[in-house]
Amino acid sequence: MLATRSLITSSVTDLGVETLVAPARPDKTGAGTSAPVLPVDLRVTDLAKSFSGTPIFKDVSFGLSRGEAVAIVGANGTGKSTLLRCLMGLIPADAGVIDVLGTDVRNASGAQLRSMRAKMGLVSQKHNLVPRLSVLSNVVQGLLGQKPGVRHWSQSLAPAPSRDAAMTALEKVGLAHLASRRADRLSGGQSQRVAIARALVGDPKILIADEPTASLDPAAGEDVMDLFFKLARQEGVTVIFISHNINHALQYGDRVLGLADGGMPLDARAESLSAEKLRGLYD
Amino acid sequence: MTDASHPMGLPSRYERPSALAFLGYAAAILIILWSFAGAGFSIEKVMSSPPRFADFIDRAFPPNLEPQVLARLGWKMLETLQIALAGAVIGIILSVPVALLAARGLIAPTWINQIVRTGLGFIRAVPDIAWALVFVVAVGLGPFAGMLAIAVDTIGFCGRFFADDMEAADKGPSESLTATGARKIDVVACATIPAAMPAFISTSLFATEKAVRSSTILGLVGAGGIGIELKVGFDLFDYPTAMTVILMIAVVVISIEYLSGWARTKIIGEQR
Ligand SMILES: Nc1ncnc2c1ncn2[C@@H]1O[C@H](COP(=O)(O)OP(=O)(O)O)[C@@H](O)[C@H]1O
Ligand SMILES: [Mg+2]
Repeated sequence: MLATRSLITSSVTDLGVETLVAPARPDKTGAGTSAPVLPVDLRVTDLAKSFSGTPIFKDVSFGLSRGEAVAIVGANGTGKSTLLRCLMGLIPADAGVIDVLGTDVRNASGAQLRSMRAKMGLVSQKHNLVPRLSVLSNVVQGLLGQKPGVRHWSQSLAPAPSRDAAMTALEKVGLAHLASRRADRLSGGQSQRVAIARALVGDPKILIADEPTASLDPAAGEDVMDLFFKLARQEGVTVIFISHNINHALQYGDRVLGLADGGMPLDARAESLSAEKLRGLYD
Repeated sequence: MTDASHPMGLPSRYERPSALAFLGYAAAILIILWSFAGAGFSIEKVMSSPPRFADFIDRAFPPNLEPQVLARLGWKMLETLQIALAGAVIGIILSVPVALLAARGLIAPTWINQIVRTGLGFIRAVPDIAWALVFVVAVGLGPFAGMLAIAVDTIGFCGRFFADDMEAADKGPSESLTATGARKIDVVACATIPAAMPAFISTSLFATEKAVRSSTILGLVGAGGIGIELKVGFDLFDYPTAMTVILMIAVVVISIEYLSGWARTKIIGEQR
């Protein structure tokens, strides 16, 4: 059903896109039949979003199976970040259904949204660490969704298990030795690794990353991507990531979703796509 | 140099104002002249004032530097600074919750933001000396009335600017924490307030400077501090003592401004 819809979308949008999607058809049918085997963590149906009358995208539909890594590509301003914000309920969508880990995001109460977000982790383009607080405090704050209240405002107030969990997360990203360093005294790559630790500390089921390497130099970017996916695979987490780097999308994504022309004309398995084709459309 | 080399034509250096702008300027000039008239501006008085001013200076100099007067004024100055500091600190602390309610899109709905901001505007609109008069009536003559006046004045100032600071703070960290499922109040405490902290410190130092300046005149209405000495000095035509008070105030205010500027670079400069 999903496949049919995106095919229709693609044929009406752009011929070039259709040739891209066409070879993916068998793969997608394959994904469709295997979907019942793996639980679906996230399903978006006919999602539409506009900002004060300006449509950003509409009729966006896709699903994510447990443990799958999906790359979202698309030119600047096609609404990739907006899509992720809608998924987490950070901004309201206009139409459609968003189901994340069994939560109906568009109709959920504040408390339901918070408990859903507590099972997710977000790594943004900017690391978004709280400056002037220690690295460990920043990671401890990643637990605020599960454990609200003063004790998780700072590592000094946090209960022992939380400090342990934060330290373990820092060890995973290889930054345990910087635990008491102030967050604004880190390099870009280190900051982004702390942000990964903060996203991981609550053992999320879904990890979301919005161009996590955009503010890093290429070498640091490679390190961060390697680490991010090593940990994601290790923990069996479902991943959605936005990438500007076509090679990253193909290398780390099992599937690639493409936003263009106010919709999502591309939904294909990574191995069926070539860098050249993607680059032509989305660079 | 050569207009010919710009086919589009070089824009003229000065734009001719539109008719509406011209009317605006003309109206502004009229209002300013009208204000001078209302203020009783008189060239004669300006011309005759230097001799009178010189007379005052002549009678005020040398300032009264008798040790026992200096000691009395010194203690009064200290009381002034205590009023300023105590009032400013209470005001700054109370401003934080007020600002949380005034900041748009933070924890309170828009209608509460509006009400609180309007209230803060009212507090600012009432001059500090008027607050002092009100509190003298409420709690009686003395420094406590002055401290309350400073505290209220500080809330009007800091409540508004803390709110602006939080609205302007980097939204990144708070979005990231919201995305972990944190409650609004936790997000504000962990991300918004720390992000706005340098601005808070800067605003608080300005508020303290302002409090010191206000506290020096609260005595005029009996709300404590050195202002009373100024009033008494002029009332008794004891100009040398009044001059000492004026010089003391100037020295203290300038020192406080210098000190707060130094603290600002020291604290914020390092933390940036
Ligand atoms: N809060 C907002 N209000 C209004 N317009 C927005 C807002 N957020 C994003 N937009 C607009 O929506 C479009 C998509 O933005 P975004 O999702 O950030 O794109 P991408 O991440 O694909 O580069 C852009 O044109 C952007 O200007
Ligand atoms: Mg973006």
